[in-house]
Amino acid sequence: MSVSLTLLGLLEREPSHGYDLKRDYDAFFGRGKPLPFGQVYATLGRLARDGKVVVGDPEAGDGPDRKRYVITEAGATEFEDWLSEPVAAEPHLQTVLFSKVVLALMLGRDAERYLDTQRAAHLKRMRELTEVKRSGSLVDALLADHGLFHLESDLRWIDLTAARLDALAAEVTAR
Amino acid sequence: MTAPLLEARGVTLSFGETPALRGADLAVDAGEVLAVMGPSGSGKSTLLHCLAGILAPDGGEVHFDGRRIDRLGEQERSTLRRDSFGFVFQFGQLVPELSAEENVALPLLLGGARRADALARARAWFPKLGLDGLERRRSGELSGGQAQRVALARGLVAEPRVLFADEPTGALDSLTGEHVMDLLVDSARSQGTTVVLVTHEARIAAYADRETIVRDGRATSLTGRAAR
Ligand SMILES: Nc1ncnc2c1ncn2[C@@H]1O[C@H](COP(=O)(O)OP(=O)(O)OP(=O)(O)O)[C@@H](O)[C@H]1O
Ligand SMILES: [Mg+2]
Repeated sequence: MSVSLTLLGLLEREPSHGYDLKRDYDAFFGRGKPLPFGQVYATLGRLARDGKVVVGDPEAGDGPDRKRYVITEAGATEFEDWLSEPVAAEPHLQTVLFSKVVLALMLGRDAERYLDTQRAAHLKRMRELTEVKRSGSLVDALLADHGLFHLESDLRWIDLTAARLDALAAEVTAR
Repeated sequence: MTAPLLEARGVTLSFGETPALRGADLAVDAGEVLAVMGPSGSGKSTLLHCLAGILAPDGGEVHFDGRRIDRLGEQERSTLRRDSFGFVFQFGQLVPELSAEENVALPLLLGGARRADALARARAWFPKLGLDGLERRRSGELSGGQAQRVALARGLVAEPRVLFADEPTGALDSLTGEHVMDLLVDSARSQGTTVVLVTHEARIAAYADRETIVRDGRATSLTGRAAR
């Protein structure tokens, strides 16, 4: 998820100081990984260079280093384009999971054990996310659910693959 | 590490020629919520029935609270189930002739409680589970999710040491299912009830502390018991 597009979106709401942008970014998008101030200002600098934001007139009470950033027409267009474009529904045809299973089988390693280890890791993460969901805000819960559904679909694939390991082994070692 | 509250050791059981359990090992600590997962037909329900004293295994041992229970007679097992265990199943478990509150009170009534006391304790569960006002309904007049919460209250009303839940959300949509799981885990935790939860859904298993996978009648723990 691009930081610059997120900041553009926050600026599309209203002109803001770097400090406010960081606060809102951390609250809704940071997920426990606060955005360093340096990165906020570097990103805003790049956006200004590219003509997507400008530094607005200071308001009464603003300190000397408290610049207010305002989104430009070009910035707003870029943001709207991004917002209306669906995220690529990636088929993930060559996932790490898949590669590991096939390589394990080719090399005669214990692919089932690998799948079991992966299943345990997925379930562990799902337990953590479920805990977040049960104790957090609605924002946290919805994000956790997003992760849970993805992990769940991986797990279904793991179960299906585990059930077909013998056939898959025959196919990948046949050449 | 202290001894587990409930343990199966090398449990075997066949239905005629069909071996359902082929040496299943499983241990549950007091207060733990354990998910039992695995493919359809792998033996999850059979294992749960052996742990709960519903079925007597052909071989192996089942221990509960320091006592071997797999060799008890039907009468003793029935007493054990009534006094120490609670149950929630997938569906078809409420008695249609009884009201919701009578259904919840049933384990207390069977345990010899006075009717007024049993009903009062049963009624206390309705607001906790968001079922206010449904006390007098018959099970045919409840939605699937409501009936499942009534069944959950019935499973927990006698404050069992262990709650056995076999696909308790299997007949519910995922949002309702998760709501029931939330209530199940919260209620079990608050009264210290140990839970053995059979499910093939990872999202449901994720409410547990730990999971065990049953395959071909054998159980594999992917994560060890927490050292206590
Ligand atoms: N009462 C019974 N009579 C005969 N065979 C049975 C009986 N109950 C279970 N079985 C067989 O024992 C095996 C294990 O069944 P079990 O019900 O324990 O599976 P399960 O893991 O709970 O499956 P599911 O996820 O479909 O509920 C299966 O082969 C099943 O056909
Ligand atoms: Mg079953």
